[in-house]
Amino acid sequence: MTVAYAVPRPVSRWRNPSALPGFGISMGFVLFYLSAIVLIPLAALAIRPWELGWSGFVAVITQPRTLAAFELSFGASAIAALLNTVFGFVVAWSLVRYRFPLKGLVDALVDLPFALPTAVAGIALSTLYAPNGWLGAPLAALGVKAAYTPLGVVIALTFIGLPFVVRTLQPVLSELGKEAEEASATLGASRGQTFRRVILPALAPAIVTGAALSFARAVGEYGSVIFIAGNLPMRSEIAPLLIVIKLEQFDYAGAAAIGLTMLAASFLILLALNLLQSALFAKR
Amino acid sequence: MLKRICLSLTAATLLAGVAHAADVTLLNVSYDPTRELYKAENAAFAAQWKAKTGDTVTINQSHGGSGAQSRAVIDGLDADVVTLALAYDIDAIAQKAQLLPANWQGRLPEHSTPYTSTVVFLVRKGNPWHIHDWPDLIKPGIQVITPNPKTSGGARWSYLAAWAYAERKPGGNPDKAKQFVADLYSHVPVLDSGARGSTTTFVNRGIGDVLLSWENEAYLALDQLGRDKFEIVYPSVSILAEPPVAILDKNVDRHGTRKVAEAYLQFLYSKEGQEIEAQNYYRPRDPQVAAEHAKQFPKLPLYTIDDVFGGWTKAQATHFADGGTFDQIYKPK
Repeated sequence: MTVAYAVPRPVSRWRNPSALPGFGISMGFVLFYLSAIVLIPLAALAIRPWELGWSGFVAVITQPRTLAAFELSFGASAIAALLNTVFGFVVAWSLVRYRFPLKGLVDALVDLPFALPTAVAGIALSTLYAPNGWLGAPLAALGVKAAYTPLGVVIALTFIGLPFVVRTLQPVLSELGKEAEEASATLGASRGQTFRRVILPALAPAIVTGAALSFARAVGEYGSVIFIAGNLPMRSEIAPLLIVIKLEQFDYAGAAAIGLTMLAASFLILLALNLLQSALFAKR
Repeated sequence: MLKRICLSLTAATLLAGVAHAADVTLLNVSYDPTRELYKAENAAFAAQWKAKTGDTVTINQSHGGSGAQSRAVIDGLDADVVTLALAYDIDAIAQKAQLLPANWQGRLPEHSTPYTSTVVFLVRKGNPWHIHDWPDLIKPGIQVITPNPKTSGGARWSYLAAWAYAERKPGGNPDKAKQFVADLYSHVPVLDSGARGSTTTFVNRGIGDVLLSWENEAYLALDQLGRDKFEIVYPSVSILAEPPVAILDKNVDRHGTRKVAEAYLQFLYSKEGQEIEAQNYYRPRDPQVAAEHAKQFPKLPLYTIDDVFGGWTKAQATHFADGGTFDQIYKPK
């Protein structure tokens, strides 16, 4: 009887060596799953607009009204993502670093925008920010119109995007330990230097991911925005609403053209952010 | 009353095996403001059908913006009957999904519209801005609330009512009408996607000085939100809004529900059905029922879509299709 010892097989360059078997089956599952859930529906979207031909496609997405909608959707999403990055960082920092009463409750509140049906969020926000609402009335007195303007769009998108930044940053922050900061301080760094040169670089990838997720969610958001946006063409009409309007006119190809353009733009932005993230990560 | 119907339905279900009565289910796909109307119609029809045939009929309702509902049916929502806000939305079903013949509108009396409605103004109590007729809507500082005609059937009727007023008034013509409608929409601060959304914006958010509304929706707002806060203003002229009904031949034949579906639509024209429509603030076709409720429905000159616009297909293409007159209003300055 011979004893067979496990000899490490040559590792293919396709996979990282792992003690656990099952590369074939897990890769197969990944391909099947991604195809069924992501790729096939998106392929259907990619096929549809070409019924219009190339010039028809370009005509749909370069109409002034469509361009205005793109500008609002991407612009407001970028502003919302930026706001969420700054204030989400503060929230995550406070939740990880400090102890205060009702911390568990505050922690749970962060997830509410995830759980709340978007239409409910939209109605709640528009009630609040309407000129006769609790926040809208004082704002109106200051001459600021919130609901039914592009500002309303930013408010809604900020609301729904917050948890993405906080939840991405939290685990990284708690991993970060205080030792590095203490070491930096004992070595003579100022507080600002410690923040900029020790904390921020370690957090950068998570910050970029959180901002990207918040942005991506905001670009596609429909339910909460339409209640607070005002929906005036050229002014406060978001691109997803334009898609719905096209669908209601049975203009499936036109709707798909706008959808595909948004998809491509979002994909490029996310890809760029991912590359930026790996660049930042590689430096360390 | 409702309880009694429920009880009798339950009893009927229990006895069904004994009596060999059938259980039938219909799906009525309708537009936004008809929830209350069809709840009442369905209960009454089910009771009548039960008495007549012994069969138990359950009618499910689906509501939403008329265009969205029409698209859902085209995409496969398995409706037996459709009761939508305007004929174009049923034309689209005939054209794109061939579920019913193109001449569907001639199959039932009165262009297949058992009840009609019109467009009225809802203003805040006391009418502080003295809004009495269409020209008052474009006075400086007035804010008008109406939904987006691209998505809302009611909004299309409102848009066309404004257009018809401006085109048909002495000295009016299509160019002036276009200018009037453009002026009107420059007074609109919010475009909701449906009639209910606009009512909410006007009533609950306190936005705007006047709401262009279905007559029935305006009365409903008064009933539910208080006659002490709002009042209805009838303009000098308006439009005859005809929300049509139709059975979807292919679907009812597949379900075996043609007989009951036809009886259901006929019921909407019956005295009992017309009475329920009048109670829900839809203008009944039956002259006798209409006379009984005359107080509730002031007489005013109403233009028809065929008169002024040459039918829905033409109106849709000229005004609401991509690049139509409505889109031209929102061209960049």
